[in-house]
Amino acid sequence: MASNYSNMTFHGYRRENGRVGVRNHVVILPVDDISNAACEAVANNVKGTLAIPHAYGRLQFGEDLEVHFRTIIGTGANPNVAAVVVIGIEPGWTRKIADGIRKTGKPVAEFSIEQKGDFETIRAAGWAAKEFVHHASELQREECSISELWVSTKCGESDTTTGLSSCPTVGNMYDKLLPEGITGFFGETSEITGAEHICQKRAINEEVGERWHAMWKAYQDDVIFAHQTDDLSDSQPTKGNIEGGLTTIEEKALGNLEKIGRTSRFIDILDPAEMPDSGNGLYFMDSSSAAAECVTLMAAGGAVIHTFPTGQGNVVGNPIVPVIKISGNPRTLRTMSEHIDVDVTGVLTREMTIDEAGDALIDMIRRTSNGRVTAAEALGHREFSMTKLYRSA
Amino acid sequence: MGAPHLLVHDHTDNVGVVVVEGLTSGTKMLCVVTHDNSSFSLTAGADVPIGHKIALSDIKSGDTAIKYGEDIGKFIADVAKGAHVHTHNLKTKRW
Repeated sequence: MASNYSNMTFHGYRRENGRVGVRNHVVILPVDDISNAACEAVANNVKGTLAIPHAYGRLQFGEDLEVHFRTIIGTGANPNVAAVVVIGIEPGWTRKIADGIRKTGKPVAEFSIEQKGDFETIRAAGWAAKEFVHHASELQREECSISELWVSTKCGESDTTTGLSSCPTVGNMYDKLLPEGITGFFGETSEITGAEHICQKRAINEEVGERWHAMWKAYQDDVIFAHQTDDLSDSQPTKGNIEGGLTTIEEKALGNLEKIGRTSRFIDILDPAEMPDSGNGLYFMDSSSAAAECVTLMAAGGAVIHTFPTGQGNVVGNPIVPVIKISGNPRTLRTMSEHIDVDVTGVLTREMTIDEAGDALIDMIRRTSNGRVTAAEALGHREFSMTKLYRSA
Repeated sequence: MGAPHLLVHDHTDNVGVVVVEGLTSGTKMLCVVTHDNSSFSLTAGADVPIGHKIALSDIKSGDTAIKYGEDIGKFIADVAKGAHVHTHNLKTKRW
């Protein structure tokens, strides 16, 4: 496709490992649930820092523990983060997470609570956090190529208007920017059900397509059919989807897949929170369709901007990644416009083409990358939700 | 051409989506197929909320619902042309 975007640039923060961020957070990161209080105390004491409390991190094991580590390490490693203070209850897992983030070369300090208590930990961690704020505040944005941008997508509170307008808007953006070398993410394994035969054909080759199908089938067999009580009609589509006019999972899946456009192909498959290592291109991440869980996993995988089509009006944000909301539903724009960054209602009235809507989204991606605060950021939406594969020991 | 009441993805579809608020029964709807911007008209057989679907032809129970040119489930009741299509007359084939 001929593109007007080959010379597109933005001003981002180049990190020690060469990756580029669009935000400059100093994060106070708990290893586990019981370290949340200390992290929040440090963030309260030292202005310009951000605590990211979460629900888990004790007595997890196996693949579930690996997802936990990948998510926490990936969050700290994300290029939107300038420096990290890690706090855990004990030194072993705290060191593992701090060392994982240190591979990026960014400043990391670690503290554990046992044999010190919260007071002493908060005091010591506060000194490190303050130094990191001074460090981060002197970093400057520099001009970066569009090819250095990592963009994820996941839709939420979908309805029939998402498949007609906001999802194909994201698809148009990917069709235009993937050829310019961006790295892209999509996922939502359960929501491909009903369109899996179409998704498989969007793989770059047969081998990737077959691996994708095996991943999707394993999810169906191991998660859906192993745990369902009657059927999934109450969960997929959700009550909000049904209120918005979506009747079946097949219909929802076809709308969902509009997010990868007409020409884009995915080049590889990622485990939850896994960082891509097959080069620039589009990746499918095995992920939940729940908004906060999915955005959290993709941020841990390294995405620095998230594009979020919504129909009925999902309000989700993320602590470290700006979430750009796109909606074409006129009722949602009428009743909750404070949550929407890109209005594509003109697609439904035929006053705006999908091509024009894609250009509008790309312009918002550029502005957001340069520092524009999103609706979700302005409204304080910082949902950080860990994906849990099974119950802890 | 004014703003449409109903959008249809593909010419093979047998359902379309209401894209205006407050659509009332008896409205002569302007319908547009987004694939090629062609248009036709159809009378709404019910008050149908924005985002909900309307049948484009008379449909028999057991027929397949087509949207995006693809199978989106099976009808579980007869549906008249212009009627509201949703969970009361359309079900997934997956679960």
